[in-house]
This record gives sequence, C-alpha cells and structure tokens, in this order.
Amino acid sequence: MINKLPFEIKKRQNPSGLGVMTVSLFALFGAFLVASIVFWAYGANPINAFRALFSGAFGGLYEISETVRRATPLLLAGVGLVIAFKAKFWNIGAEGQLLLGAMAASWVALFSPIPDPLLIPAMFLFGFLAGAAWGLIPAFLKSKLGINDVITTLMMNYVAINLILFLVQGPWKGEKQWGFPYTDEFPSAARLPTLGNTNVHWITLVIGVLAAVLIYFLINRTTPGFEIRVLGSSPAAGRFAGMSYVKSTLLVMFISGGMAGMAGVGEVAGIHHKLMNPAELSLGYGYTAIIVAWLARKNPLSVIVTSLFFGAIFAGGNAIKVSLGLPFQITDVFNGLILFFLIGSEILMSYKIEWRKNK
Amino acid sequence: MIDEWVVGTLSRTLAYATPLLLATLGEIYSERSGVLNLGVEGMMILGAVSAFATAFITGNPWLGMLIAGVAGGVASLLHGFVSITLRANQVVSGLALTMLGLGLSGLFGKGFEGQPLDSTISNVSVPFLKEIPYLGEILFVDQSPIIYIALALTPAMSFILFHTSVGITIRSVGENPSAADSAGINVWRVRYLCVFVGGMLAGVAGGYLSIAYRPAWTTGMTNGMGWLVIALTIFASWNPSRGLLGALLFGALMHLSFRLQPWVAPELLKMMPYGSAILALVILSFGTLKRSMGAPNALQQPYIRGEK
Repeated sequence: MINKLPFEIKKRQNPSGLGVMTVSLFALFGAFLVASIVFWAYGANPINAFRALFSGAFGGLYEISETVRRATPLLLAGVGLVIAFKAKFWNIGAEGQLLLGAMAASWVALFSPIPDPLLIPAMFLFGFLAGAAWGLIPAFLKSKLGINDVITTLMMNYVAINLILFLVQGPWKGEKQWGFPYTDEFPSAARLPTLGNTNVHWITLVIGVLAAVLIYFLINRTTPGFEIRVLGSSPAAGRFAGMSYVKSTLLVMFISGGMAGMAGVGEVAGIHHKLMNPAELSLGYGYTAIIVAWLARKNPLSVIVTSLFFGAIFAGGNAIKVSLGLPFQITDVFNGLILFFLIGSEILMSYKIEWRKNK
Repeated sequence: MIDEWVVGTLSRTLAYATPLLLATLGEIYSERSGVLNLGVEGMMILGAVSAFATAFITGNPWLGMLIAGVAGGVASLLHGFVSITLRANQVVSGLALTMLGLGLSGLFGKGFEGQPLDSTISNVSVPFLKEIPYLGEILFVDQSPIIYIALALTPAMSFILFHTSVGITIRSVGENPSAADSAGINVWRVRYLCVFVGGMLAGVAGGYLSIAYRPAWTTGMTNGMGWLVIALTIFASWNPSRGLLGALLFGALMHLSFRLQPWVAPELLKMMPYGSAILALVILSFGTLKRSMGAPNALQQPYIRGEK
C-alpha cells in the first residue's frame, strides 16, 4: 500500500543545519500553541498572556537585563550538561550540583579566613570544586559499578536540597535574620558587581561565555574531547582503541558538575548575597538547563543562544505571574511542553520526504 | 512501650509504602515492556490534584480515585506517543512529562490549596482480624482500604507477569521486540497498554496521597516520591514481589524520617530515603546479586520494524 503513495520517506544520514533550525522553530511554535490552550483553560486570554510574556522579557532595558540575568545560570549549567550528554552521561543532577556550589561559596564568604581581595575568586574555585565533587560521585558509581546515572544524579538533588535546608535552619542560620531560614548577608567583598541598576552579575556571564568557547574547543579539538565523543557514541569501539571509559566519565562529570557549581556561586554572590531555601535560590535552573542543552543540540556555542531563550521564558513568566495572577508553575508548563515538542519533532529531522519520479 | 513503638512504626510504614508500591508495580509493567517512564513524579502529582479536585467538587472520594487513575493514564499516553510512536529518547520524554505534570498541577491546583476536604477515603479496621495480637494491630487497625488494594495487586500482577501468556507477551516485547513481532505480537500495542497501566497506577498512588493518606492539596506534594519509585523499580529487579519488599523498606525509612525527629534534625532525616536509594543500588551492584538484576534487554530502545 505504501508503494502507491506519490512520495517516499527515507532516512537521512546527517540532518542539515537549516533543517534542524526549521524543525526546532516549528516545535517551539507548536509548544506555544498548546500553551495558549492552557492559558485559555485557566481563564486568561492567550494573546494578552503572550504579549505580557514578551514585554516582560524584552519590553525595555530592564526587562532585557532580567532575561540576561536568568540566562546566566542556565548558560553555565547548560554548557556543563552539553559535555555530559555528549558522553551519554545522563546528568539530571545539575540542580544539586548548583546548590552545592552555592553552599561552598557561602562557606567561603561567611566562615573562611580567606582575605577580602581573594574572596570572589575563592568562591568560584570552591563552588566549582563542590559542584564537581557532587558530580563525581555518580560518575564513579556509573563507570566503576554500573549504577544507573539518572537515579543517582536525581537522588543527590534531594540530598543537596535537604543538606542546605539543614544548614540554613541549623548551624548556618543567620543571627541577624529575624529567625528566617537564611544565613547572614555576605560581606561586600563577597558580592559580585552588577551592571548599573540591573541584576546582571557580568563576571558570571563572562565566565559562562568563555566556558562555552573553551568546552567547544575541548570537545572538538583535543584528544580527551575526541575520546569523550567516541566513548559517547560507541563505548565498545572506544575501549577497543584503548580509551579509558572511567577516566573519560570522571573528567566529563568533573567539568559538568563544576559548571553547575559555578552557576550556583553566581546566584548567591550576584543576586541573593546569602544562602537560603533552595526553592527560592534556584527556581529549578538545573532542570531547565537540561532543556537548554538539548535545544542546543549538544553544541556548547549554541547554548549561548538557547540559554537566552529560556532566560526570556523565566523573565516573561515572572512578569505574567504578576500581571495575570498566574502561579509561577507556568514556566514549568512551558518547559515541559517545549521539551516534548522538541524531542517529538526529532524524528522529522532524521527522515526526509522524497517525491517519486514517474517511470 | 517498645512493643507499642514497633507496632506503631510498622503500621504507619504500610501507609507510606502504599503509594510507593502502587506506582512501582505500574513502572515495573511499563519497563518490562521496554519503556522507561521517568514521568512518574508528574503522573503522581496529576493524579493527586485531579483526585482532590474531583472529591472536592462531587463529594465522592472513590470517583476521585478513579479520575486520578484516568489522569495518570492519559498523561502516560503522552509519553507513550512521543517515545513509542515518535521514537524519541525515553529519558528526556519522561523528564518532560514530570515538568509538565508539576506545572499543570501547580496551575490548576492553585484554587484548592489549603481547602479542607470533607469527603475523604477514611481508614478502616477489619473486624475479627484486628484481634490477632501484634499482626492484627499492624495490618488491620485503622488502615486505608487502598493499602489492601495495593497488597492484593502485588501477587496478582506478579502472577500475570510470570505465569500467564499475557506476561510472556509483555516480557518478550521488552526483551526482544523483533522476535515478538515475528511471532505476531503487536509490539506497539503491548507497549502502549503497559505504559497506560503504569500511568494509571501512578495516578492512583497520587490520589491516595491527596484524599486518603493526608487529605489536602499542596503544590508539589509528591516531593520526589515519583523518583524514588524509579529507584525502587531497579531495586526490585523488575519483579513485583520484590517491589513490595522495597516499598516496605522505603516506606519504613520515610516514616522513620518523621518518627525520629525528636532526636535528629528533620532535614537530615529527610535525606535518608534518597541516600538509602543510592546505597541500596551500590550494594546490589556487587557480586552475585548483580547477575540476578538484569534490566529488560530492550529497555529504552524504541522499536523500528525491519531494523535489528
């Protein structure tokens, strides 16, 4: 029956860049279409909602700065996830790694004997190492013992959340916070400068862009990067060629966890200036970064663009929360829908339609 | 005194184990057919919110449980469509389902936050059986009827999976779909059905939380339970009876994380189930235990006819 159709569906080897972009744009459009049904069901006019979303993300200089601010942690964590996904390591734990980075930075800011001028660099260093350590545990468990990476990285998110809750309600609870579950405010030497009146802590942003470029070169131009790519696409072939799966996995998660950790440093040093309830600290950046990395099609440089896109959804979502009285979970709805449409449309990229020639 | 403490702990363990058990049984069926569904957390919370809404509006908690099952089932079909028909990555699709479920439930559950529920599924005591010393007090005094449903489902689902032709069909689809296909089995239909069963049970598990266990709706109330279910499925080696064992173990841990609060900081106790899940998988990964684990061979692999 299928032979009678005037066209034929063929598998294509390498989807073209233009094809990937067209399909991705259509997927985003589809997600927004379904989102408007959700708005409508909630009793909000979808057109007003999208207008509010757009103006909340791009309506003026301040709005744009909010988009950039939200994009910053997504960029750092997303770049780290790209390298993990390249190696086929399912790091769903960026959220926990981010929190550990925030925790280490808070320790440096509040309790370490490190002198003032060195505080900021030390916070980034310790934040990177703490996130990396949190990422290395699942890496070790998977590469040495064959334990499922999805489970371990996820479980460690919940351990991290409760660890921070314990600290801010117990030993690290601030003396000047009126009983709120916060640590004391960071000293001014431990706060990142921001651009003008905005919340853009540009140092973190610069680190993120530099990291995107560095990791691009690491993956595409170096021997360890080559090994990561080979082991990611065919572990057996890599092992046969004498590559070490364990070493490669540990390296990948050292970088991936560390990047998420630095994202956490940026949030506490640039925005909050204290350690606090994880739900207020992160807004789920670690989970959204998974979509950021996926939409970037595992290219670290594309993360610069995709993180801005999801930064806009966070900033715009925050705006419609205020103007339309929608709860903040609306961003989760967007994220879920976009992710569904993105992966659902991938099949369109690996196949092409060819018209039959008349015999 | 000690007796009372142990009996009380074991009895409450059952209450915690019930949602874990229901959802784990469902996930075992889904994964046995070759479909990993990481959307359990999302399906559970959709079940919880729709059960609460239904019971709140109609005053009928059992109708609420039914709608919870339907909601979980419908949500699971979304994952089914994307991962079975469109052959997308199962890990990412499941994550998307969890995000969507958490988002939608937060959105539509907003109005129910903090509302009291008059019509709940109340606990029962079983006459005669409750007189049995110790065992009666643990199993048959002041327990939710849903617990007995979950306990009855375990042997039933185990029997179906390992001793009937339906079970052989499911397992063959999960182990070797192309062989199953040549034997005339409709691989896609079996997978869709198993995913649907998994979704329904996850939904019912969520409904239990919001209208039987502690009748109330709070945003994000499943609080990672769905992820524990994924760990439990591996822990159970995709075997329903071992799923019961795991659910009881983790039910006990969750209960103890409340019970021990006078002595240990609650946040540290709440880490316990998650940390223990990792620990359990580490222990299972050693030695002879590893051989008996065996995930279904075609787990996470979309089926394409004509390819290996």
